[in-house]
Amino acid sequence: MNASQPLHALTIHDASELLVRREISSVELTEAVLARIEGVDEKVKAFVTVTGDRAMEEARASDERRAARRLGPLDGVPMMLKDNLCTNGIRTTCSSKMLENFVPPYDAHVTERLRESGAVMVGKGNLDEFAMGSSTENSAYFTTRNPWDLGRVPGGSSGGATAAVSAGEAMYSLGSDTGGSIRQPASFCGVVGLKPTYGAVSRYGLVAFGSSLDQIGPITKDVTDSALVMNVIAGHDARDSTSVPFEPPDYAKALVPDIKGIRIGVPKEYFVEGMGEDVIDVMERAVSKLEELGAEVDRDVSLPHTKYALAVYYIIAPSEASANLARYDGVKYGYSAQDAGSMWEAMEKTRQHGFGPEVKRRIMLGTYALSSGYYDAYYLKAQKVRTLIRREFEEAFERYDALVAPTCPTPAFELGAKTDDPVQMYLSDICTIPANIAGIPAISVPAGFSFGLPVGMQIMAKAFGEPTLLRLAYAYEQSMGWRHLRAPV
Amino acid sequence: MPLKREEVEHIARLARVGMTEEDLEIFGGQLSHILEQFNVLREVDTEDVLPTSHTVDLSSVFRDDEERPSLPQEDTLANAPRRDDDFFRVKPVLG
Repeated sequence: MNASQPLHALTIHDASELLVRREISSVELTEAVLARIEGVDEKVKAFVTVTGDRAMEEARASDERRAARRLGPLDGVPMMLKDNLCTNGIRTTCSSKMLENFVPPYDAHVTERLRESGAVMVGKGNLDEFAMGSSTENSAYFTTRNPWDLGRVPGGSSGGATAAVSAGEAMYSLGSDTGGSIRQPASFCGVVGLKPTYGAVSRYGLVAFGSSLDQIGPITKDVTDSALVMNVIAGHDARDSTSVPFEPPDYAKALVPDIKGIRIGVPKEYFVEGMGEDVIDVMERAVSKLEELGAEVDRDVSLPHTKYALAVYYIIAPSEASANLARYDGVKYGYSAQDAGSMWEAMEKTRQHGFGPEVKRRIMLGTYALSSGYYDAYYLKAQKVRTLIRREFEEAFERYDALVAPTCPTPAFELGAKTDDPVQMYLSDICTIPANIAGIPAISVPAGFSFGLPVGMQIMAKAFGEPTLLRLAYAYEQSMGWRHLRAPV
Repeated sequence: MPLKREEVEHIARLARVGMTEEDLEIFGGQLSHILEQFNVLREVDTEDVLPTSHTVDLSSVFRDDEERPSLPQEDTLANAPRRDDDFFRVKPVLG
């Protein structure tokens, strides 16, 4: 443990150790994180809402509990939630004008689990509106900045939740990942982001975007923390009909620095045209390191259907979104246009003024792909190609325990660099989308730098192969020193 | 093939999203460009391939039929933009 680090820079497990030894209290820890938010969030802009008073109450309650008994590793540790995760009594905006004043009457399953584990919530994180985007530039409120370079984006859509962890404004956070929204920002901000297997974490209380793709997962400073958070959020919940009835393992048991004999494939299709030489170099060094640590690496793997994943995704996700977002009608909650004569006119105006351009674009795209006469050519075709992509992964996982690839073709890009061309922005997710299409777990772990900007390595495994991911990521992380680095903000 | 203006208008109506003239033009161009990217799927042979609607092998998930408390009425109505007593108020549907 690094004793020279200020409190806000600690990992969950370091902070937890200090709490157990009574060297610090949760109140001190929470005060340090709130002070950090006060000090840097003006620049980073990670938070839509800071819940300082509530956090202090929760911290005091944690300290009282600790006086009486032994507590779990998340108890008393400050965290943040992406603002599309429902929090009872605290507004949940999805960074949209549509939900600017929406106060959920219930907690998401993960919110509940964290509360029961004694978590201290310091606030809610900015995102691309309704999680649609790769930079947080689609937030209806403001753009979050990358703590490594304030002129660049933090990635998205979980940009606020990721930048907060990177900048020490929260010890960890939860994000959601529909096409890379946890892993791509984790790569850009130099932290660890895990997208669990579809069905491993209940989506109850996550504001729906693409229901067959969405998963909630942890954003943490290192791999150990990722396992600790998974231990709390994974598992069956009857309130989400896609939640898989399984007994989650103790993910912390996967944290062993031994990967001898693990078979790794490196699929060449992920090294896409236009990928920077620097990203390729970082990947090559990372793969060589895994080899040096004892993994059996095959660099000559081909998954030819990978190139169709982007098109499949941008048909399926908007189609599901167009159905999910039909609920925003200005009647039950949310923004509501009042200057209309009829119900239909009110609904059209509500959606015209309540949604931003990217959300409208995707609703339109999905509506078109599902409309009469086009359904077979777009949606059905995409679902069939989805089957082929899944099969290809299944076959690959008969030969390899894990697949390793870049998380993103580039490091963090400059603010405004891709806002004029939606297709360019979509390409930022090209390496992360396949895992969502196939429902498999994937993690992004810091693997080096390109001109001072973090670059992430992505590891994918078969469904419920999180222990394999964590083991590889942990062994790699322990062999490198990056987990001790903190963003310069 | 770029979308025709009437097509964009039709989609906007189906989606119940109000659009200005300018919106129709911008979205029409962008959607056409995005749809072009999808043409790549035509080259994939999907004869006899079943569609995936769902990546997890779960089917017909039913919960036990037991009584549970629902959200209290006050909580449900708390976010209503327009409320009339215990009802959500809407604009006239007919006329």
